[in-house]
Amino acid sequence: MPHIDLPAEYPGIRNLFVYRPETAAPLCSLAQVLLHDPHPTLSAGDRELIASYVSNLNTCKFCTSSHSAIAKHQLGSDLTLVKQVLADPETAPISDKLKGLLKIAAKVQSGGKNVLPEDVEAARKEGATDMEIHDTVLIAAAFCMFNRYVDGLATWQPDNETFYDKMGEQRAKEGYKPTSINFTLTEELQKS
Amino acid sequence: MAHIELNNDLPGIRGLMAYRPETEAPLNFLAETLLRDDNNTLSRGQRELIATYVSYLNDCFFCQNVHGAIAGHYLECNIDQIDRIKQDVKTAELDGKMKALLSIAASVQKGGKNVTIEQVEEARKNGASDVEIHDTVLIAAAFCMFNRYVDGLATWAPEDRQFYVNRAPQRALEGYQSSVYK
Repeated sequence: MPHIDLPAEYPGIRNLFVYRPETAAPLCSLAQVLLHDPHPTLSAGDRELIASYVSNLNTCKFCTSSHSAIAKHQLGSDLTLVKQVLADPETAPISDKLKGLLKIAAKVQSGGKNVLPEDVEAARKEGATDMEIHDTVLIAAAFCMFNRYVDGLATWQPDNETFYDKMGEQRAKEGYKPTSINFTLTEELQKS
Repeated sequence: MAHIELNNDLPGIRGLMAYRPETEAPLNFLAETLLRDDNNTLSRGQRELIATYVSYLNDCFFCQNVHGAIAGHYLECNIDQIDRIKQDVKTAELDGKMKALLSIAASVQKGGKNVTIEQVEEARKNGASDVEIHDTVLIAAAFCMFNRYVDGLATWAPEDRQFYVNRAPQRALEGYQSSVYK
C-alpha cells in the first residue's frame, strides 16, 4: 500500500503525476529531453537502455519494466537484447561505446564520485563524445531520482507484462509529454 | 578538472547547465517548483534544509554549500548552525515534524525502499500532511540526482564557503531559473 493517500487506479509514477501535477510538469519535460527528443548521436533506444539498466540496479520494478518495454519498442521489438543488457552489458550484443557508457552509468548509480577519469577515458576510446558522456551521467542520475520517488512512496507496481508492453509501445511513439499520457491502459489493467 | 570539456569556467551545476541548455531548462524548472514555489505548506527554508541534508549525506560539497547557505538565509542561521543540524538532526533545534521529514529524506538517500511505514506515521503524528511527505521524498530523490550529476562529471567548486553565503540572498530573490550566469 502506498505511504500516502494516492488515487488507487494508477500504477507507479503515473499515480504520483496525477497526485501532484505541479511536479509532474518539470519531471515529464526532463524525461522528454533526456530520453525522447532527437539527439545528435545517441538513439532513443540506447538512452532507454541506460534508464532501464540503472532502474534495475536500483531494483525499481516499475521503472525497470516500463523502460525495458520502451527500449524494446525503440529497438525494433527486441526484448531479448534488453534482457541481455540488464543481465550483463559486457556479454550483450551492443557496441563497445554503449558498454563504456553503461559502465559509467553503473558508477553514477553507486555514487557520483565513483566515476573515475579512466572510466571516461575508456568510453572516449570507444568513440563516446563529451555530450554522450554528459547525457549518460545525467540519465543515470535522473533514474536515481525517479526510482527513489516511485519506491520511496511505495506506489503500486503491478506484475503484468502486457500492461508494461502496451504502455512501452505508446511511450516509445508519443514520448513523455504529460498530455500524451493515456489513462485507458490503466482501465484495461484493472480489468485484467 | 571536469571529466568533459565544458567550454566555460562556471562552478558546479552551473557549468553543466551552461554546457547543455536543453537539460538546464527542466532541471531548473524542477528546482524552482520543489524549493521555491510559494504554493506549499513547507517553507522555502524547510525545503532548502532537506536539500542541504541530502546533499550532505551524499557528500556533495557544491550542493550542500549552495543550499546550506540559502537555507541559512531563509532560516536566519549561520553556516555553523546549519552544519550542526546536518551533523545531528536528532539533537538539533528543529520541531518534531521537521525531524521526522529529515529522517524520511535520509532513508530516501539510501534507497527508496528504505522508507518505512513507521517513519511516515511518525511524520504524520507530528503534523506532516501527505503532500509534505510527498514533497520531502521528491526533494530528497531529486538531490540524489543533482548530487550525482555534479560529482559524476567532476565539476569544480569554490573552496571558500563564504562564496556560497554571499550569493544566497540573490538566489533566494531571483530563483533558480536565472541562476546559471548570475
